[in-house]
Amino acid sequence: MDAFTSHTGIGVPLRRSNVDTDQIIPAEYLKRVSRSGFEDGLFAAWRRDETFVLNDPSYAAGSVLVAGPDFGTGSSREHAVWALMNYGFRVVISSRFADIFRGNSGKQGLLTAQCRQDDVELLWKLLENHPGTSVTVDLVSRTVTAGDLVASFEVDDYTRWRLLEGLDDISLTLRHKGLITAYESSRPRWRPRVTA
Amino acid sequence: MAPLGVAPSCSVVRPPFGGQSWRWMDMAGTLAEKVWESHVVRRGEGEPDLLYIDLHLLHEVTSPQAFDGLRLSGRPVRRRDLTLATEDHNVPTTPGPITDPVSRTQVETLRRNCVEFGVRLYPMGDAEQGIVHVVGPQLGLTQPGMTIVCGDSHTSTHGAFGALAFGIGTSEVEHVLATQTLPLTPFRTMAITVDGELAPGVTAKDIVLSVIAKIGTGGGQGYVLEFRGSAIRALSMEARMTVCNMSIEAGARAGMIAPDETTFAYLEGRDHAPSGADWDAALEAWRLLRSDDDAVFDDEVVLDAASLTPFVTWGTNPGQGAPLGSAVPDPELMPDENDKAAARRALEYMGLAPGTPLRDVHVDTVFLGSCTNGRIEDLRAAAEVVSGRRVADGVRMLVVPGSARVRLQAESEGLHEVFTAAGAEWRLPGCSMCLGMNPDQLAPGERSASTSNRNFEGRQGKGGRTHLVSPLVAAATAVRGTLSSPSDLEDVTEAIA
Repeated sequence: MDAFTSHTGIGVPLRRSNVDTDQIIPAEYLKRVSRSGFEDGLFAAWRRDETFVLNDPSYAAGSVLVAGPDFGTGSSREHAVWALMNYGFRVVISSRFADIFRGNSGKQGLLTAQCRQDDVELLWKLLENHPGTSVTVDLVSRTVTAGDLVASFEVDDYTRWRLLEGLDDISLTLRHKGLITAYESSRPRWRPRVTA
Repeated sequence: MAPLGVAPSCSVVRPPFGGQSWRWMDMAGTLAEKVWESHVVRRGEGEPDLLYIDLHLLHEVTSPQAFDGLRLSGRPVRRRDLTLATEDHNVPTTPGPITDPVSRTQVETLRRNCVEFGVRLYPMGDAEQGIVHVVGPQLGLTQPGMTIVCGDSHTSTHGAFGALAFGIGTSEVEHVLATQTLPLTPFRTMAITVDGELAPGVTAKDIVLSVIAKIGTGGGQGYVLEFRGSAIRALSMEARMTVCNMSIEAGARAGMIAPDETTFAYLEGRDHAPSGADWDAALEAWRLLRSDDDAVFDDEVVLDAASLTPFVTWGTNPGQGAPLGSAVPDPELMPDENDKAAARRALEYMGLAPGTPLRDVHVDTVFLGSCTNGRIEDLRAAAEVVSGRRVADGVRMLVVPGSARVRLQAESEGLHEVFTAAGAEWRLPGCSMCLGMNPDQLAPGERSASTSNRNFEGRQGKGGRTHLVSPLVAAATAVRGTLSSPSDLEDVTEAIA
């Protein structure tokens, strides 16, 4: 995973709440066995509507998505994160994220910046009135800057640290192999096994 | 790699519980906290807990990239004996091979990965194949006090047994395959207390849809829900699975129900349940697995079971629901701006006008199945309603058992004949129209009454419109052609006369 310290890119106002992962990438696009190429399925149903924000050339190259509350609800599909990242997004800003989506994002290096809804509304207005405005998201200072607007965001300390360092979870865990083996020796014998 | 010491600090660090992996009788707190504590492998300052995972379930959609990751880094599956795969999302429910080449590739990739990494797989056509969340419990692999994960948000289903079970993403699937553990930040706990007696015709599905409508799709965010109270105690294991299954639709990571005699009776004698002295030892431990009377939950919601009625959704998220006896709500009367905007949009998508009685809403398709309501009791309940009746003209009803075992059991009871005599289609097991990754889909504009779990835009097919309902409402709706409960149906003898 690449380290993330700060990112500047075009902000995309997505004025919708409850953007579930079925909307981010519908099931028909989940059949690939790779991690790439999912950008074609990103918001597939909505992109058929020519008024959809990503169909506006001013926003098409966007990399900072500013969405309504409860972003990423529903299915656990990590394909939603891959689709956003394959398209070019590096940051999603919302006032509330679904747990699994936020976890998946952290594993892949997509920053989920949790802002106050008031700040999301201000960002929406700014990005709608001035399409193509750049937004800078700084993970070190936990701030979002766009035009004159400066807003703080929340991200949990551990995820922030991992993102800043670009660390891979599995390598971190495998440092504790001895503890895992020790735990295994204390498991009761009546716990089920799939194979005898 | 930076040393771990640079991780930010947090204020309180408790040691893991003495390395005793199941001694929750000595622990204090809620059910969820006890299962959590008994699985901590490592606890470090400023870091998530490293939790041991007792059972890892796999399916073809969320695993290929995880196996690929193992291959790239040369890592084996650490505990093949705690890992099980099944084919469910892509499988057709009519006889024959998978015709969509992309779906076929995904299933074939799972088969190759399971051979290469030595993981047991129940493929299409196998007697044990089925939806992953139906297979685990029916094999007796899902047991109280366990941690269970799967790359599927409806893993919460297994919480019905007092297991801490939750959906994970593909990176986490790879993590569990490689280490049999997951780094996790503790969840908060919410008690959902449902006391009293359900009226006839009101089911577990109506309980959970009512809960979601009450707390919203984000209401459970960050929480493990513990369902309790006399109405929950009175539910069968299958009904408890329906309740826990949909915890995720309230935004919760998991739903749990403390194990009791109903749980033990369900488990005893199943293929993977302990036997002999092991059964006695397990039972002794399981009987102590519950929230302490003085345990403190971070939040609590109380519902009166007697006040509940059949519940259906009218919108495009599972929180947009209302009693069947009510009408499509008016977005303009909603106090919250976000709710108002979401409801306007939902009604436009659903093609519904505010004020329309829900009982007047016509459907084209009825889907009975899924990990929410595809178990034998669901099929029995629906069969009883359609028995001696006919599916309304112009309505198609798909009955998709949750697993091959459920299908065989239903056939041994003659339920398939009841459904086909009524004009319904009797299908092979799989996820099917719950998400339409196989050919079972709604056409644009088509409307369904579905016993599944999500009414998102396009979930059951592009432009499809979904109303989430219980199996009883699904069956009655199939007969009347509009959203209905069994009490709306004429008596069978009158209908025949």
